[in-house]
Amino acid sequence: MIRQQILYLWLGGGALDTGVVAWAFHDGSNGEGPSLPVEEPPYRSGVAAMRDGWFLLQSPRSVAPKPGEEHYTNYLNHEFIFERRIEVTGDGSLQ
Amino acid sequence: MPAADHRLTTLEMAQFVTDGYLRFDALIPYDLNRRLRKELTQLARRKAGMESTFEAALPQTGTPLSECYPDGNAIREFLDLPSVAGIIKSLVGTDPVFDHDWVHYLRGNTQHEQHLHVDAVIDTIDPTFDIQLFYFPHDVEPGAGGTRFVPGSHLRHVRAEGVGRYQHIVGDQRFEGPAGTLMAFHHGLWHAGQKNHSDRDRIMYKLRLNPREPQVRLWNTDDFDEVHNDYRDHTFAHPRRDSVAEVLRRTQSWHGEDGRYEQMQHARLWRYLTGDDNYDVDYYLTRLEARAEMLSADNA
Repeated sequence: MIRQQILYLWLGGGALDTGVVAWAFHDGSNGEGPSLPVEEPPYRSGVAAMRDGWFLLQSPRSVAPKPGEEHYTNYLNHEFIFERRIEVTGDGSLQ
Repeated sequence: MPAADHRLTTLEMAQFVTDGYLRFDALIPYDLNRRLRKELTQLARRKAGMESTFEAALPQTGTPLSECYPDGNAIREFLDLPSVAGIIKSLVGTDPVFDHDWVHYLRGNTQHEQHLHVDAVIDTIDPTFDIQLFYFPHDVEPGAGGTRFVPGSHLRHVRAEGVGRYQHIVGDQRFEGPAGTLMAFHHGLWHAGQKNHSDRDRIMYKLRLNPREPQVRLWNTDDFDEVHNDYRDHTFAHPRRDSVAEVLRRTQSWHGEDGRYEQMQHARLWRYLTGDDNYDVDYYLTRLEARAEMLSADNA
């Protein structure tokens, strides 16, 4: 059966080939699929993740700031979400 | 290095504005660390409703710091150390308000860790700030539960738990360091408790303080005139390499394309701290204000 691995990459800019500034990994295969390093970014950019077999699920659209908030910062803007599908041998009722 | 009277220097304050924290390794003497380890363990038991030898009254929120914990308590001695008092005074003034404190007692081999978060409700745009002291009374080895924190995150307008999705940020840190280390955080700094892979319990004392006076030039300003720049200190024109702006224009790699907006926030906070409404870093605020002034004059 198939399970998802999800990789969030936050990039330094809006282009998919800009550098990774933050990341999060969620493993629906419960460890049956390949893991990723945690001490350093798993990929240099979004494109590098695609070249390693990750499929892009969602990319952010550019949003104009609200009036009065043009020069403030808040969350990380450039959130790209990837998936990788893993064939697992378990029964799927993961702990 | 702290100034002679134990208050912070202008450049140390600039570093706080840029990074959102200051760190002082092994600031607290050995003997006091030893006594604090015992006292904080008992305070943790008391706060948890367990049997405890900690007998002093627990301070209530809103109490002036000078009235919290009586003489004879190691916490009182800690707060009265000239080096600690100087840091507090520089950032939140003389006798700030006790907001709350907590002993984060993390047993050895704890596998729980927190999501990244910001404490309390902080999404305002005024420049005033609380500080949170993080004190470690014993050595903290790598992987032994040292607090994770994100330099340069303190001026972002986010909800307390809204940053929990960021498992890893380039440049984030996990505290490791010698006994007696004190860190002073801006209240907005993103942070999280970590797993403790060691066999040793980890103690961290956190104390939040609110200012009771404008936080304007409370530090040792002996070096102020020498390093405080005017708006013409512009990295694309004639930058100084010895000024406050040189500190405030430093951004984090995780800021990505937002770096210049972070610089603008640094400049805004420095205006508040110095009372200089014309202060700027790389001309961003001044340029906008000149346009607004021009339009205003045109419409008069």
